[in-house]
Amino acid sequence: MEASATTVPGGRSVLERSPAARLPDKIMKWGLTGLAGGILVLIAYFFIRLIGQSQSTFSSSGLSFVFGNDWDPAHSIYHGFALVFGTLITSAIALLIGVPVAIATALYINELCPRRLRAPLGMIVDLLAAVPSVVYGLWGVYVLIPKLQPAEKWFASTFSFIPFIGGGTVTGPNYFIGGLILAIMILPIVSAISREVIATVPRENKEAALALGATRWEMIRIAVLPYSRSGITGGAMLGLGRAIGETIAVVLVIGNAAVVGHHLFNQGYTLAAVIANEFGEAANNTAHRSALFAAGLVLFVLTLVINIIARWFVARGERAQRGATPGISSALTAGPSGEGI
Amino acid sequence: MSATRTVLPEVSTRRRRTDQVMRGSLVAATVIALVPLILILYYLLKKGVSAWGRSGFFTSDPNGNFFGNPGGIRSAVLGTLEIIALASLIAIPTGIGVALYLVEYGKQGTFAKIVRYFVDVMTGVPSIVFGLFIYIVLVLGHVGGSFTGWKGAIAIALLMLPVVTRASEVVLLLVPDSLREAALALGAPRWRVVTRIVLPTAASGLVTGSLLAVARGMGETAPLLFTAGATFVATADLGQQMNNLPVQIFTDITSPRAEIISRAWGAAMALVVIVLILNLVARLISRRSRLA
Amino acid sequence: MIPPDTTSKETTELSTAGDQSEETTEAAPDLSALGVREGAGHAVDVKDLHAYYGQLHSIKGISLMCPANEVTALIGPSGSGKSTVVRCINRMHEEIPGARAEGQVMLDDLNVYADGVDITAVRRLIGMVFQKPNPFPTMSIFDNVAAGLRLTGTKSDNLRERVHRALRAVGLWGEVKNRLNEPGIGLSGGQQQRLCIARTVAVEPEVILMDEPCSALDPVATLKVEELIDELKDRYTIVIVTHNMQQAARVANSTAFMLDGELIEHGPTNEIFTNPKDERTERYVTGKFG
Repeated sequence: MEASATTVPGGRSVLERSPAARLPDKIMKWGLTGLAGGILVLIAYFFIRLIGQSQSTFSSSGLSFVFGNDWDPAHSIYHGFALVFGTLITSAIALLIGVPVAIATALYINELCPRRLRAPLGMIVDLLAAVPSVVYGLWGVYVLIPKLQPAEKWFASTFSFIPFIGGGTVTGPNYFIGGLILAIMILPIVSAISREVIATVPRENKEAALALGATRWEMIRIAVLPYSRSGITGGAMLGLGRAIGETIAVVLVIGNAAVVGHHLFNQGYTLAAVIANEFGEAANNTAHRSALFAAGLVLFVLTLVINIIARWFVARGERAQRGATPGISSALTAGPSGEGI
Repeated sequence: MSATRTVLPEVSTRRRRTDQVMRGSLVAATVIALVPLILILYYLLKKGVSAWGRSGFFTSDPNGNFFGNPGGIRSAVLGTLEIIALASLIAIPTGIGVALYLVEYGKQGTFAKIVRYFVDVMTGVPSIVFGLFIYIVLVLGHVGGSFTGWKGAIAIALLMLPVVTRASEVVLLLVPDSLREAALALGAPRWRVVTRIVLPTAASGLVTGSLLAVARGMGETAPLLFTAGATFVATADLGQQMNNLPVQIFTDITSPRAEIISRAWGAAMALVVIVLILNLVARLISRRSRLA
Repeated sequence: MIPPDTTSKETTELSTAGDQSEETTEAAPDLSALGVREGAGHAVDVKDLHAYYGQLHSIKGISLMCPANEVTALIGPSGSGKSTVVRCINRMHEEIPGARAEGQVMLDDLNVYADGVDITAVRRLIGMVFQKPNPFPTMSIFDNVAAGLRLTGTKSDNLRERVHRALRAVGLWGEVKNRLNEPGIGLSGGQQQRLCIARTVAVEPEVILMDEPCSALDPVATLKVEELIDELKDRYTIVIVTHNMQQAARVANSTAFMLDGELIEHGPTNEIFTNPKDERTERYVTGKFG
């Protein structure tokens, strides 16, 4: 066909692009889509392999892996309640100490402190997340443990009448130090999310409270906190997920004793710590290795579930209050760095 | 007009006191929150500087000797740099790529929503689990040797990925649509719009996100424990076991020798210095150039 | 100030009477529901007020007398400082970081800016209704109205009584009496604004400041609120900022015209609109600018 005013040789309209010119677009589009999909497939694949490797432990121990209390690799018994217990206790301590402090810092930074201090203070709190967990562990072992031990001993003997919290022998590494270090480590993320949430409280609600004659604290109590409840809960849960999965700092300060300690200042163990600690000796023992993988699987599922619930809370906070910024979700992930071990 | 006497209502002392007490405790809590960071930095400086001062700290490798000079941290530093370099090479383009997909093509579609959700959820996965993943798939499978540097790099890349993706997505979303539309209206094909307009505009934000991801990756220990192995020698070969700073510190902490513990402090300070610098640079870049 | 709350026979009769006769969903505002008020009303006298936003000198020496039990309207183009003046009266202006005010605001013989004056006490005496209705989103209708009362520890029986009365006073009672526990933000815009007024009125202030209270409302809701303002002035002194000159003409006893942070003219409303003394006022009210 000859060329005309609107066609080029070959019959294609001038307005169409040649197949060759459309190729890069196609490559980019499908390449990137494939990349995204590939990530999903990869994670699913890993999950399946992890299940596979834990299989033998679950088929031999069944539910006692989680509920039975007898972690005895030497005799091939893998009942890990002590691990679960330690994980729960240290996380509970971390939440009890860390969340109120984090919310308080968020309230202070957003509502009370002078304008020009806001950004620097926020940055310093966020920097806590940048400290590698091995450094927290190092500091915990050589600074926190020795310095706190006298106070712990005093506390244990003075309050020995309170079950669990008081009494018992005070070992250097113990549940409390583990929980305390975790509290410090989850502080930045809970604080960052709380700050984002609190910043979305509409100014007019705060003004309404003040105009009614509320003091500053009363304004926070009736206008800021109720509004931020869902989002802050989500943030706390993300902190919980972090605390549950933290390995290196905990393995250095909890004592790694596979027993259910009866006192706050006893040694213990966690699911994450056992993996790091016993990996070496399990290298040639498939049963032991499988048990460690099982612990990893429990950890993975636990943190997955907690994450999903947490995000639901945060989304609920965003939905319920119309016009909330999308910034909260980005603070969940891109904010403080160093969430790992 | 007679002036009426105006009496201010009483504000009960209880309310006033509650206000003061609660405000005071908010301040106190903030101070408490800052204390650990200050203490850690203080001890790092105090104990780390003396380690740095020892000869050969940065220029010799750790040796396994029980007596005498335990050696420095050279192989650890080199190993970390190599592993993180490879991890970044994998994670950063991939992460930005996924973010590009989400912003330019997927947008609010179902598939994109699923991807976005799972990337979000990935940030909450403990890093030790990523180590286990790689261990199972690559190490147990004896793919190209047992413990190697590159396997450690993949594990680290896995946990850097969601950080890069989410940070990049936020930044790419900030590029105004009007820029894209203007370029498209001029007849530019989509891929050109992405490479010539979108990416350069978002560049500083992308760099920030990547730096933060690198900082996070550098601090990770657990995944490397069962992927890169533990060794003392320096090597440029990623196909071998490779030393790295976090694992070196971890191993040193439990040593009974004071010189080795001192080395741990020195190594910790080196690590923290690098990580803090990365963080501060990232924040400076993001502060300097805010998109829109 | 009104006498301490007792369930006086008069008011209980009103309450029960109201319950029985309220079959319709609409009701006129009924300020007598609030009970008898002792003492004359209180005037607001602003003397040489200067206000700053950081370095910006926004209000440049304004003196304005708002007589007791009257509605004083502030009109003027955007940016003239009307809202700022009003926010200085209950000292809300200084809540903005970097903002401050100087001068005197006399609530009869009390200078609100005097040393040692407790701001929260001032705000109990001077209530404020905002441009955008702002009921507390997490609170029910009841809790919204009760919010100010709870701050001062009003006991629960007394509380319930006063909340009901405030809702009656603003004419919302019929519309919400069966859903007091539902969220405050579930109401329509006009209802929300009346809810906010009920919240303000419940703590029995002396003065009510209104910053463009109808600008976010539709015309029907606007008329309802204006009807309410007309009732409110018998009991309170009202200062209202408005963009809408027809509104000023409808509700205000006197009107003040502001321009660029200065008070240009203040006088009886119909004079301002039909026979303004200042040329700038004349240009504004005839629509030549602003």
